[in-house]
Amino acid sequence: MMRDFSLIWQSADRLLDGLINTVLLSLVGAALALALGALLAIPLMASNPVLRLVSRGFVDLMRCVPFLMLTYLVYYGLPRLGLRFDNWTAGLVAIVVYNTAYMAEIIRGIWSRLERETIEAAVAFGFHGWRLVSRIILPQVMLAAGPMIGNQLIQIIKDTAFLTIIAVPELTHAANSIQAQYFIPFATFITAVLMYWALCMVVEVGVYAVERIAERRR
Amino acid sequence: MTDTAVKANDISVLEISGITKTFDDKVVLDGVSLTVARGQTVCLLGPSGSGKSTLLRCVNWLERPDQGTVLLCGERIGMRKGGVVPMGNAELARLRMRMGTVFQHFNLWPHLTVLQNIIEAPVHVQKRRRDEVIAEAEALLENVGLADKRDAFPSRLSGGQKQRVGIARALAMKPELLLFDEPTSALDPELVGEVIAVMKSLSQAGSTMLVVTHEMGFARETADKVVLMDGGRIVEQGDPEQFFGNPRTERARQFLQRYVSA
Ligand SMILES: Nc1ncnc2c1ncn2[C@@H]1O[C@H](COP(=O)(O)OP(=O)(O)OP(=O)(O)O)[C@@H](O)[C@H]1O
Ligand SMILES: [Mg+2]
Repeated sequence: MMRDFSLIWQSADRLLDGLINTVLLSLVGAALALALGALLAIPLMASNPVLRLVSRGFVDLMRCVPFLMLTYLVYYGLPRLGLRFDNWTAGLVAIVVYNTAYMAEIIRGIWSRLERETIEAAVAFGFHGWRLVSRIILPQVMLAAGPMIGNQLIQIIKDTAFLTIIAVPELTHAANSIQAQYFIPFATFITAVLMYWALCMVVEVGVYAVERIAERRR
Repeated sequence: MTDTAVKANDISVLEISGITKTFDDKVVLDGVSLTVARGQTVCLLGPSGSGKSTLLRCVNWLERPDQGTVLLCGERIGMRKGGVVPMGNAELARLRMRMGTVFQHFNLWPHLTVLQNIIEAPVHVQKRRRDEVIAEAEALLENVGLADKRDAFPSRLSGGQKQRVGIARALAMKPELLLFDEPTSALDPELVGEVIAVMKSLSQAGSTMLVVTHEMGFARETADKVVLMDGGRIVEQGDPEQFFGNPRTERARQFLQRYVSA
């Protein structure tokens, strides 16, 4: 067993590369999904029924599609339409498209429960349109959304493991190739598991920090 | 004319005429007309449900009246082109930013500090220079006695302090008209005084104010005109001396009996 772990130590750079890719895909993917989700929440909350129907349709579609299927579609399907991405980018696109729907739904849920009075006060002071959303509504939503966005980020980190099937060199992919090379499945996978766990801990610390900021305002 | 404070050559800052508003078959405002001249403090009294808040909400067009007009310094709000085309949000905003509203439940923005609450609309709606607005905001905070709360969040303030911030926030707009909707009704009795004191000094300094209130003492001492609403109509208006001393209508007498003796 000690030999197994020393083999892993020798392959540390590959695992580390995998970890870096997982972190990059998760963070960039989550940030883009959050930004796009905030934009998508606007039609979800619109008074125009057509806007609401279309945006709701997209959100519901994404919530019903398995992430793996969406990844296949982006990587193998889209080239048929002339949209060809390399593996890494295809993985990122899948993460962003999928999670935009989830982020939008998180934001919409909190938005609809915000105190109407603070928004109406802003309207009375002359706020309207995008400035109302960006300066008064979204900041309040984001302060309340910390734990839910943290949960989603953990979900995203776990979902990046699926990208191994389109050969994105993320953590699961790296672990799999190391164990296949040295036949040491237990040591490699347990190491990868611990690394995922460490990532989740980092997310939880981040959520805690956001909660402290929000706490001062509640 | 018993409406003593309105002299013919005064410009009306606010002129409400014939406002009607119905909520699913319930007539909430029934042909309300009211003027507030520059520098006047007008107190709007009336029992719960008489339509006072709805009237204020019609003034800044948060509620769209079914009929009637609202003029701010002679400019019609809500409708343009002779009252046939409804205004868009941007146009409404241009008129709204000339009024300052103080709410019963303060409605401060919880994600912003006290100072940020005050400068938010002047900087981002009125597009005034940030450093100038901050200097003015600090002076306003000084005036309402909250200079030391500059960087606190609203959740850390008492009700009275919140409402004084609410007033400073409205004043920072340099509004031509201040609207107050029961600014002291949500406060513990011992905190009412500090807010009333600020409002009195504003009135004395010549602000134009329309104040919905149940504080009869404030109305009696400060108002240039008192207006009593009931069932969506104005039942009596006049100068406070006369209104409180010798009301003309039976309805006003009943109202005063209930609210002043209580
Ligand atoms: N959005 C609305 N939809 C339906 N009814 C409403 C709405 N807003 C107000 N009303 C009704 O209009 C009437 C007048 O309400 P309003 O809030 O203007 O009264 P008020 O004089 O301010 O009373 P209070 O002293 O309790 O604040 C009430 O009967 C209320 O239920
Ligand atoms: Mg009211």
